[in-house]
Amino acid sequence: MSSQDKSEVPEEHLPEVPASAHVPAESDPFADPGLPAHEPRRTDIDEKAANRAERQVAFLFVISMLATIGFIWSYVGIDKDRIIDIFFFGKIGAQNAALGGTLGIALFCIGAGAIHWARTLMTDEEIVQERHEFTSDPETREYAIREFTQGASDSVIGRRPLIRRTMIGAMALVPLSGVVLLRDLGPMPGTKLRHTEWKPGKELINEATGLPIKPDDIVKGSLTMALPEGLVEKYGPAGQKEELSHGWLEKAGMSAILLVRLEPKDVKSKKELAWGHEGIVAYSKICTHVGCPIGLYEQQTHHLLCPCHQSTFDLADDGKVVFGPAARSLPQLKIHVNEAGNLAASQDFAEPVGASFWERG
Amino acid sequence: MSSEQPKGGADKSTPIPDNAAVRAADALDSRLGIYGAAKKNLRKVFPDHWSFMLGEVALYSFIVLLLTGVFLTLFFKPSMQEVVYDGSYVPLQGIHMSQAYASTLDISFDIRGGLAMRQIHHWAALIFVSSLFVHMFRIFFTGAFRKPREINWLFGFLLLVLAMVNGFTGYSLPDDLLSGTGLRIAEGVVLAIPLVGTYVQFFLFGGEFPGEDIVPRLFTIHVLLIPAIMVGLVTVHLILVFYQKHTQFPGPGKTEKNVVGLPLLPVYAAKAGGFFFIVFGITAALGGLVQINPIWSYGPYNPGQITAGSQPDWYIGFLEGSLRLMPNWEWNIWGHTFSFNVLIPSLILPGVLFTFMAMYPWIEGWITGDKREHHLLDRPRNMPVRTGLGVAWITCYGVLWVCGGNDIIATHFHMSINAITWIGRVAFFVAPVLAYLATVRICKGLQRRDRDKVLHGRETGVIKKLPHGEFIEIHEPLEPGMRHTLTAHEQPKPYELDAAEDENGVARKVKRSDKLRSRMSHWYFAEPIEKPTAEEYKELTSGHGHH
Amino acid sequence: MKKLSARRRHPLAAIVVLIFALAATGGLYAAFAPAKKAEADDSASIAVEAGKKLYLSGCSTCHGLDAQGSSDGPPLVGVGAAAVDFQVSTGRMPLQQPGAQAPRKPEVYTPAQIEQLSAYVASLGVGPKIPTANMYAPDGDIVNGAELFRTNCSQCHNFSGEGGALTQGKFAPPLKNVDPKHIYEAMLTGPQNMPSFPDSTMPEQQKKDIVTYVRETTHKEPNPGGLGLGRLGPVSEGLFGWIIALGLLIGCAIWIAARTPKARTK
Repeated sequence: MSSQDKSEVPEEHLPEVPASAHVPAESDPFADPGLPAHEPRRTDIDEKAANRAERQVAFLFVISMLATIGFIWSYVGIDKDRIIDIFFFGKIGAQNAALGGTLGIALFCIGAGAIHWARTLMTDEEIVQERHEFTSDPETREYAIREFTQGASDSVIGRRPLIRRTMIGAMALVPLSGVVLLRDLGPMPGTKLRHTEWKPGKELINEATGLPIKPDDIVKGSLTMALPEGLVEKYGPAGQKEELSHGWLEKAGMSAILLVRLEPKDVKSKKELAWGHEGIVAYSKICTHVGCPIGLYEQQTHHLLCPCHQSTFDLADDGKVVFGPAARSLPQLKIHVNEAGNLAASQDFAEPVGASFWERG
Repeated sequence: MSSEQPKGGADKSTPIPDNAAVRAADALDSRLGIYGAAKKNLRKVFPDHWSFMLGEVALYSFIVLLLTGVFLTLFFKPSMQEVVYDGSYVPLQGIHMSQAYASTLDISFDIRGGLAMRQIHHWAALIFVSSLFVHMFRIFFTGAFRKPREINWLFGFLLLVLAMVNGFTGYSLPDDLLSGTGLRIAEGVVLAIPLVGTYVQFFLFGGEFPGEDIVPRLFTIHVLLIPAIMVGLVTVHLILVFYQKHTQFPGPGKTEKNVVGLPLLPVYAAKAGGFFFIVFGITAALGGLVQINPIWSYGPYNPGQITAGSQPDWYIGFLEGSLRLMPNWEWNIWGHTFSFNVLIPSLILPGVLFTFMAMYPWIEGWITGDKREHHLLDRPRNMPVRTGLGVAWITCYGVLWVCGGNDIIATHFHMSINAITWIGRVAFFVAPVLAYLATVRICKGLQRRDRDKVLHGRETGVIKKLPHGEFIEIHEPLEPGMRHTLTAHEQPKPYELDAAEDENGVARKVKRSDKLRSRMSHWYFAEPIEKPTAEEYKELTSGHGHH
Repeated sequence: MKKLSARRRHPLAAIVVLIFALAATGGLYAAFAPAKKAEADDSASIAVEAGKKLYLSGCSTCHGLDAQGSSDGPPLVGVGAAAVDFQVSTGRMPLQQPGAQAPRKPEVYTPAQIEQLSAYVASLGVGPKIPTANMYAPDGDIVNGAELFRTNCSQCHNFSGEGGALTQGKFAPPLKNVDPKHIYEAMLTGPQNMPSFPDSTMPEQQKKDIVTYVRETTHKEPNPGGLGLGRLGPVSEGLFGWIIALGLLIGCAIWIAARTPKARTK
């Protein structure tokens, strides 16, 4: 290789050239024999083969044109809701498949044609180019540094500390405006994360029916999803739709609960029974890990599993964590039966529901 | 041939045509001086290797993302305003949902080609991030990140991180049940940040989760802020690749001072341009034929609903897995909550993993003390420790990634989730170590095989019976080019500390960092498989000691 | 609230069931059994007798001679005909080997035998009856069914009814190819670890809507976007993206970068 080696790279910036490179090949069996001689391809020496390659490339480009016409036809001519049953794919959208398929073929064939052209008809003779050292030569380096130093001293910034300091001060303060402007992105957290929609006396509404829940409705082994009144879309005896108040999603996200009935003898905690009603207990549906809604209730083990990260809570033991990354028990909602015979909350959750946060304590 | 005049240039006898195109070029040149740039770049040489095209896959899928993304913005309404759906998808008619979700349904069912564009966009996103990873590891394993390319490694790394963030923001836009769950988890992670968590959450979501601001804000981030930064970074990344010229594998005629390959015009223009169409074409076909993110099946987001198998897109899967593997550590100190069960897996661990990756060129540079430029690539087997570290990193990432789908694994392989989680907890620490040790062994084995090939030639499979009855296998010697390729790599010596005493017997002060560096360097270059020497080779091939 | 469902479930039923389940002595059961028998009408009593024979030969080893349960099986007093019909028609019972939960298998008994078994178990205590065909005919409100499914079912069975994992190797089975009758019975009785959704909290019409949605999504719903990839969401999509999509692209890259064959091969 050294034969063509004329670059002006200072030696110290290059890897050590193995001693072999300077040794004639007969004395060094591992010396670089240099670039192998170029060998022609079929298409370089056989005009017939070259013509065949040209036809292949053209064929690919023609296929691409036909596919584009097919794309336009699919857009106009196929009903967008039509479903076709194709072998292996099953029942799929006809227009979507046609559009994606034709576009895919149109693009792919342009690419395949270009590459086939490059591989068969364009030169494949390798070229050698020299690399240049990135490090500047000493003159350039000195010149640049000198010019900069000269410019800096012309600015008198070094001799005028008052200007320098006030400028730095001003520049440091300016970004504060940008930070201040972000203040109104949202309200202050306040104590919002500590409260849900549950208030003393608020009735539990069954999400499936939109109606209040009577204790007898909840049988052992069943699972019922509930929300505080005013957050379920269907409400009232006729089941008419009620427009939900603004922001119901946030409220539902914090206040969702689930109801189960346990054998009192299976419950390990006195407090849990006291906060329930005849073995009916209400727990927050929001995982204490990062706040996914939990609902995978195993009625025989009384375990509740979160599908996001597999925190598992024991509903027969104060909602304690038995597995997974959640650190805190699931909050229980204290309930009672009101005069109407319906289940109602006795108070809000005694602790914040959902994910932990810094001020939670 | 001076270095000014590109080699392999055109024949000097080629006549200069005088036509409209040349006149137009002259007009441009007299205003912009384009001939200078053309002289530098038209015949720029690129080495040919399939692994050099992985970055192209990333670039082209990024362009596909920009094109399809523009189409989607024409129809998507980034608003959380509640509407009642009345489009053509029957199972959701009459349901309350956000404008964002409804408009995504409209794109899918009522705008012709909309579903194809959505799916092309999403497939391109998955391919984009996976090709970035594969591209990064090609650079890593071949040592292409070494001087002078460390800065470009960092730009590439930033692109990877931005791609993952933008993937997450994009996947959150439709406001479906699955993406909403992802946002809910993100909210839980934000809340866990000490001191400022709740404030960040309230400012980010404009109030309590989910609020009405998050989708429009994520939309701005997804279509404007991050893509703009990425376009800038991609541009700089490519300019640097051009300016610093491509690396190449060692081989006959290839040195640290040259670059051997085919010219940009015409070969690479055709090959790279053609590859863009191939990437776009395959992505388009996927968008038409393979369903991805069927948001109509998930339903609109409601914080009280959830589906089994709630997973994010694959590139966020490792975070999901680390959250699943983490034991439930949480401290309460002076009324403040330290949620290590969230902080460690979602912020600290990925921070450590990715910072290590970002800083790796400097870490290795410090250990090896190598300050020279490198343009010839390493074969991964010749750098066993680096290759082992890379495989260990991939293994660590892979364990987290697999555990992000532990519930799917549990149902498909009839295992217990709890068992998989415990296996994952152990594997997270053990598997990378085993992977490292195995990789180093394999690399050294391959080096030994290379050495044998150089000294004894290639096994031909032909068995010969010698006159005295011995059977031998015929080995044919390697061509000189191959012999050179297999012996071209350097084998640096570990960094040695100076003697503890100088020649006058006065104890030297050895800096602690130097001690560490020496130890690391010994680990890095320990027990090499020595390259064959010319003497060994001659002794074996000069007729003595046949085998 | 539908008054019908309230009447069907006597308020004391739950307590009666408790007493039975707790009863370790045959005496208690014997004291109660005549009352049950009096309720049974004559035409059904033949089926009950036949069912009892089947029960004693096939079920009593685990569930006890008097269906009082044992360490190997839960008591069956008061589980109702619907539970028996579900468990035996889907082949989950009789159990072949103990495991995390009973898997679905080809059924062992004929429909006639299942009817007799159901009748016998129903005679032991009040429980959910087998639903009639019009209760689970999939012609309910699909929109409402979808919403109810996402609130009550998808957390275990997955958004598309593909099933999902529970703790310690238990799982929620896939809903594909499940008879609407069995979907309904499962909601009604809560087999194994599945919670039940009795008429008191999930009225009949609501259950019908859910059955409708499940049938539509798992049987008829096409995949408008193309190949469904098992409808598992991002996991299978990611695998497909890595293996097939990236594999294709790398294959193309290998083709592009490969040297064109030379005219003279050595």
